[in-house]
Amino acid sequence: MMRFVLAALFALTAGLAQAEVAAVYDFDTREQEVRYQNLIAELRCPKCQNQNIADSNAPISQDMRNEVYEMMQAGASNEEIVDALVARFGEFVRYKPELDSRTFLLWATPAIAVFGGLLVVAGVVIRARRVERQAAGLSAEERARAEQILKGQDNTSDS
Amino acid sequence: MFPELGQIALILALLLAVLLSVVPLVGSVTGRDNLQAFARPLASGMFVFIAMAFGLLTHAFLTDDFSVAYVANNSNSMLPWFYKFSAVWGGHEGSLLLWILMLSGWTMAVAIFSRRLPTVMISQVLSVLGMVSVGFLLFIIITSNPFDRLLPNVPADGADLNPLLQDIGLIMHPPMLYMGYVGFSVAFAFAIAALINGRLDAAWARWSRPWTTVAWAFLSIGIALGSWWAYYELGWGGWWFWDPVENASLLPWLSGTALMHSLAVTEKRGVFKSWTVLLAIVTFALSLLGTFLVRSGVLTSVHAFASDPERGKFLLMLLAITVIASLTLYAFRAPVVHVRARYGSLSREIFLLLNNVLLVSATLLVAIGTLYPLVLDYLEMGKLSIGEPFFNLTFSPLAVAAGLLLGAGIFSRWKKTDGGWLGRKLLWPLAVSILASTAVVIGYGGFKPWAFAGVFAAMWVTVATLWDLWDKSSSRKGRLHGLKRQSRSYWGMILGHLGLAMVMAGATVVSNYGIERDVRMTPGDVATVGDYQFVFTDIGERRGQNFTAQYGGFDVMLDGEKVAELHPEKRQYSVGMSVMTEADIDAGLFRDIFVAIGERLTEDAWAIRLQYKPLVRWLWLGALVMAIGGFLAISDKRYRIRDRADERVPQSTRPAGGVKGEAEALS
Amino acid sequence: MKRFLLFLPLLVALVLGVVLFAGIGKDPTKLESALIGKPVPKFTLADLHNPSATLDRSLFRGEISLLNVWGTWCPSCRDEHDDLMWLANDKGINIIGLNYKDKREDALVWLERLGDPYQTTIYDPKGILGFDLGVYGAPETFVIDAEGVVRYRHVGVVNPKVWEETLLPVIEEARGNS
Repeated sequence: MMRFVLAALFALTAGLAQAEVAAVYDFDTREQEVRYQNLIAELRCPKCQNQNIADSNAPISQDMRNEVYEMMQAGASNEEIVDALVARFGEFVRYKPELDSRTFLLWATPAIAVFGGLLVVAGVVIRARRVERQAAGLSAEERARAEQILKGQDNTSDS
Repeated sequence: MFPELGQIALILALLLAVLLSVVPLVGSVTGRDNLQAFARPLASGMFVFIAMAFGLLTHAFLTDDFSVAYVANNSNSMLPWFYKFSAVWGGHEGSLLLWILMLSGWTMAVAIFSRRLPTVMISQVLSVLGMVSVGFLLFIIITSNPFDRLLPNVPADGADLNPLLQDIGLIMHPPMLYMGYVGFSVAFAFAIAALINGRLDAAWARWSRPWTTVAWAFLSIGIALGSWWAYYELGWGGWWFWDPVENASLLPWLSGTALMHSLAVTEKRGVFKSWTVLLAIVTFALSLLGTFLVRSGVLTSVHAFASDPERGKFLLMLLAITVIASLTLYAFRAPVVHVRARYGSLSREIFLLLNNVLLVSATLLVAIGTLYPLVLDYLEMGKLSIGEPFFNLTFSPLAVAAGLLLGAGIFSRWKKTDGGWLGRKLLWPLAVSILASTAVVIGYGGFKPWAFAGVFAAMWVTVATLWDLWDKSSSRKGRLHGLKRQSRSYWGMILGHLGLAMVMAGATVVSNYGIERDVRMTPGDVATVGDYQFVFTDIGERRGQNFTAQYGGFDVMLDGEKVAELHPEKRQYSVGMSVMTEADIDAGLFRDIFVAIGERLTEDAWAIRLQYKPLVRWLWLGALVMAIGGFLAISDKRYRIRDRADERVPQSTRPAGGVKGEAEALS
Repeated sequence: MKRFLLFLPLLVALVLGVVLFAGIGKDPTKLESALIGKPVPKFTLADLHNPSATLDRSLFRGEISLLNVWGTWCPSCRDEHDDLMWLANDKGINIIGLNYKDKREDALVWLERLGDPYQTTIYDPKGILGFDLGVYGAPETFVIDAEGVVRYRHVGVVNPKVWEETLLPVIEEARGNS
């Protein structure tokens, strides 16, 4: 029990918290180990100040890691594991937001920004080309007028 | 008595700041030189008083004056003296004092290094800086006074500096970061001054550039230091978490990079002026936003200072006034007349514009990812978390795209680049990059699509940069002469881009090929991580100045040979009773080996974290190289020329860059 | 048109300012429960006072109750205890306790010393039910209606203010519905 109190005190006194390995899980293969590490990196500790359950040593975090491990050993898929935790703790524990009507704008932003920007650049390029054409056009026109004036000056003796 | 002097110094600084905001500005608008002459002395005076206040606070720390509340909360008599010094900026109030110290320092620097600027310009720039200072000084004096006393109940000793902050990386991190944030206020001030006096031209861009570049360089170093510190101190071997506070520092960096490049175009060709001004305003606004986010408690973060709603509101008011006033000024005064400059679709101008598109998209992405949970919560649509998986998925493609664009853009020319010529130029770099990237990726452990993309982008940038250097340095008088002939600006650009390539390479390789294992070990056990064997040799105890520690000994073997001996520790600090894990790292240019001790599982078994981190140092070395590039670029002689004809005459919008041949300094 | 575009950044800044202002002072650590509208999860745990008696979720059927998650290791639980006694005795509220990650002896001594506001106390030393309920830190109090469906979860201490403003309205609504 003292450990809980100390852990609680520690969590309160240190704004930043260090990752400390609290329990070691055994895996049959390296792939399993990596899969576990990726899963716990994507789940958020509901209690902590923005940490995933891989880095946090809050009791609830340890419980969640345990659940992930147990479910993995029982053969659950990644989706099932995450869903099970979301069913208990809410969407908050998912670090990768689901794509739904709420988060559509979030996921769409990079694409919109880039394509919007490309449209702007296209617009700039088109405008620059138009300026180029106009300049060339004018000078052709100006040349024609100049020739006319010169012709006129040859024929008449205007002042 | 000294703390009270400190308070008085701050109030005097505030008075000077108010005068600085008003007097030179009025003088510049009414054409009265005598008023404008006050700008420089006021700036210097403001700096002197703030430096005094900072010095007095430092004195309070070094003499263990626990009657000052801030000292009592952040220090302790047993603290080593250098940590007492860094504790000055270890908490909210002191860090703000550091902020304002840097702001007044930059203001004075602008006052000193701007002799050849027109008086009107410099008066307005300094006035704007004065206004920002007024805001911050008010905030400090009213809500965050570091000199508040605890009389009459002076504690016998202080609460100690958080042990996590008792570290060299964290001593340097805030000052570097603030140099960056605050430095962008100069670009901001130049932008506002240009909007006020209407003189927005290539000369304005040339004046703004060095200040922007230096701020950017410092910010790069500051961010890198934070990342490096988190890596070795927090024990999980991570270097970036996309935490809101981290993102808050990345936002002005991304925007500032766009600004740097946009200024280059405005300086060279006189175009994109409105856009550049907007970027200058936005970059500084993002710096302020970052300052606000960290202290307001609005977002959850491990980095957050203790939050206080009153302070949060004040700071938000400050931010709001600054941003709204400047954006309103922008909306009314920014030029809308199209410059009739001519540039082709593959010109350098267009490449840099595309660069801006990518960087601004990245800025938007990070901003939205950080603030979205807040918006949803405001709309009562639930609490959402947005973290690493989201950012990695969306940011990486942008970064890779930027790298690809960079490589091609290096060869582009101002005004017009021939498409066929460019394509032919890029063939060899493309081939070399593909081959080299494949080799690297397979060498590290196998082909992975994203790993290849990242490594290729980094390789592409490197090869293209070096190819261009080779091209430009060809000379009849020999290669060395050709190299020496390049301007510092050009060398700065080379280093900046190579640094970026290093960061991309490091990030890609360590993310894709790094290995981490948590194992149960008793002394004598051997664990395998990748090609390395870790032998747990022994476990013992030792005492430090303000802690006791359990340490472990590990021998690291590669192919049967010992390559490192590591001694990670778990320390218990005597004051505050907190337990800190000190990982031990064998650092190498091409890989790090990382060991940290966890919980004691049984009488003799311990939980140990072992990590292999290939190329991780390149992240921070790359940032350092980028920063060096920045510093090099501003030492270019064009910024040191005393007198320039085009500065004396009001600038028209004629394109400034002519074709000067192969050796033109393109940057 | 171009001038209008220049006003866009200002607009964005204003909107952002409003959102940020609204966010100040909010507690970002209070999470909504994922179980609202769902029945209490299945469980088989012992009664704190009677080790041989098994409890399950039928415990919650029949009347509206508060489920209070607590532990002797939790200082805030001590703070709210007197208010829980007031709710149980003066207000006649049916409170069921969930002794979370605790030792039986410590819990019994605690209740002996401070008084027992709970109709029944579930003994959950491993935190199994707590985990399934999405408990992430004590004290937490759930409002459960007469059908055993979770209506609300309050994170933090219960005091008269919380009772008046938060819990009572939920209970009245639950009463109204059934």
